[in-house]
Amino acid sequence: MENRNALISVKELAKVYKTGDFEVHALDNVTLDIDKGAFVAVMGPSGSGKSTFMNILGCLDSPTTGEYYLEGMNVLKLNKNELAELRNGKIGFIFQSFNILPRTSALENVELPLLYNSRVNARDRRQKAIEALSSVGLGDRIHNLPNQLSGGQQQRVAIARALVNNPLIIMADEPTGNLDTRSSYEIMNIFQALNDKGITILMVTHEPDIAQFAQTNIMFRDGQIVSNEKVQDRKMAQEELQKLPVIKRENILT
Amino acid sequence: MKIVNLIKIAYRSLSKNKFRVFLTMLGIIIGVASVITMLAIGEGSKQNIQTSISSLGTNSITVYAGSMNMGGVRMGAGSYSTLTEKDADIIRARCEYVNAVSPVVLKGSQIIAGSQNWHTIVYGGTSDYFAIRNLAIASGNIFSTSDQRNAAKVCVLGQTVATNLFGEGKDPVGSFVRINSIPFRVIGLLEKKGQNTFGQDQDDVIVAPFSTVQKRMLSTIYLNSILASAKSEADIENAKDQITELVRMQHKLAIKDEDDFTVRSQADIANVFGSISKVLTMLLASIASISLLVGGIGIMNIMFVSVTERTREIGIRMAVGAKGRDVLIQFMIEAIFISFIGGMIGILLGISVAGLIAKFGGWPVVITMFSILLSFIFSAAVGLFFGWYPAHKASNLNPIDALRYE
Repeated sequence: MENRNALISVKELAKVYKTGDFEVHALDNVTLDIDKGAFVAVMGPSGSGKSTFMNILGCLDSPTTGEYYLEGMNVLKLNKNELAELRNGKIGFIFQSFNILPRTSALENVELPLLYNSRVNARDRRQKAIEALSSVGLGDRIHNLPNQLSGGQQQRVAIARALVNNPLIIMADEPTGNLDTRSSYEIMNIFQALNDKGITILMVTHEPDIAQFAQTNIMFRDGQIVSNEKVQDRKMAQEELQKLPVIKRENILT
Repeated sequence: MKIVNLIKIAYRSLSKNKFRVFLTMLGIIIGVASVITMLAIGEGSKQNIQTSISSLGTNSITVYAGSMNMGGVRMGAGSYSTLTEKDADIIRARCEYVNAVSPVVLKGSQIIAGSQNWHTIVYGGTSDYFAIRNLAIASGNIFSTSDQRNAAKVCVLGQTVATNLFGEGKDPVGSFVRINSIPFRVIGLLEKKGQNTFGQDQDDVIVAPFSTVQKRMLSTIYLNSILASAKSEADIENAKDQITELVRMQHKLAIKDEDDFTVRSQADIANVFGSISKVLTMLLASIASISLLVGGIGIMNIMFVSVTERTREIGIRMAVGAKGRDVLIQFMIEAIFISFIGGMIGILLGISVAGLIAKFGGWPVVITMFSILLSFIFSAAVGLFFGWYPAHKASNLNPIDALRYE
């Protein structure tokens, strides 16, 4: 029986890729519960199946076999349109490569999920998008295009886009993979703040340093979970940011 | 999903990719414009040929001396001297399907008036000649029956001849010209007819009474041809048969003998040129269909590429909650916009290019609704299909596969 209290509950989840005669078991009978309000970092070497796991949980990909319950709802029974509604309303996805639309302003990028939600009218849409951008510290950059933003800022646009529909869960696949330390810590700061507000966060990372910001660390190897532990001496992004050396503006070559 | 939102999404996407949109439209514009222009030229020449053939007199029937085929030796019509005035007389007297008959003789001559001279063809006919050939008088009169009977030295000039001998805008009626040193009084001036389809100047003629040309200039009893006019279009075939019968009888030909003359109606000639213009139209239509095909491939190519390269964008849209249908509708709106605006510009461009050809090339053009609809519907259909197909494929992928698409 699935755990009715868990936000996410997966049972014997498997994903098999066939290339010619070979079968690659990207996920091998993974069973896991994630409670509401958790902040989980999924770790593991390349090819361990952590991203595949995340994509399936984010309803971007489908497993070969297994069961997946989100808020007690059998996700694998849903059709494509119902999955799209789920992605639109309950899940916010953040990618390593940002995946924001080029030549499109920050505001319009953040408005995008709301445009696919017919319950939101034009005025609310704008209002919510501006609020989401302000909450990630980009309130003064709403009309900038992606190529006028730094990597960290682009990732924050992506976070704002993930937040704008008030999701239950934020899923982030290597959100800091393309960012420097300071930007990474800033992203973690946002994640911890969101988590404090009760949003469940699931994050894939291969940096142990970044995983320290989560509450729980799950380790993947060869498509299986090898450990699932609470983080000892969890890092707080606010403090870590203050420890970073301050770069004086005049020393930056432009 | 609100359609208003999808229109907004499509509008944003179009306005952010103006250059791509322009290139895609260009394919459609050129495709549509070239087909419209091509078919306008084809249709124009077809109608031009038809009008100039009917201007020769649609009901007219010509009897030529000689036959196409005499005892196995094939000769051109008109190469024998077999027709005489009696043949014309018997047709006029006995053929019930014709209302006008004129014997025709002709001679190329040097015409002199004062210090000017000009070479042209002098046609000899009766007063019916003018009616059969649709020749109208601009000034003066045609010759009378008594002029004909007396072989009077009078003539009617075509506009080109009058201009060359007497100067632009001068009325030559009452003046004298010398044809082969014989002085003729000018009694009439023909109305301008212009060039016919075959490039002949129909105004470069002189018409004189038949008897005058035959007796005073040619000194012969034979005719070049006989012109007749059927009472109506329906009578043409009967008239031809009856004329053949009458002339065979007059020539005392036995049943086994072949005709020593040829009867042709203007309709026969029109048919020949009609089939020539059909070939021309088919040629132009095949060129047009090639341009349509090439245009279509161009539209297909750019639509396919531009939608395929946006697979990743489709992945992003689906990751944030767009349904497959939403993506498809967005791409259809974009494709409809591009096809329709491109098609409209193409139609306008095609019409203007055809207009320029008519103005500066002097070539007649006729733009038909058919060519506009054909090119527009074809281009729009190709644009819509190849805008829809790759988008449909991408929207059926798992979002993660669309996102990973390279």
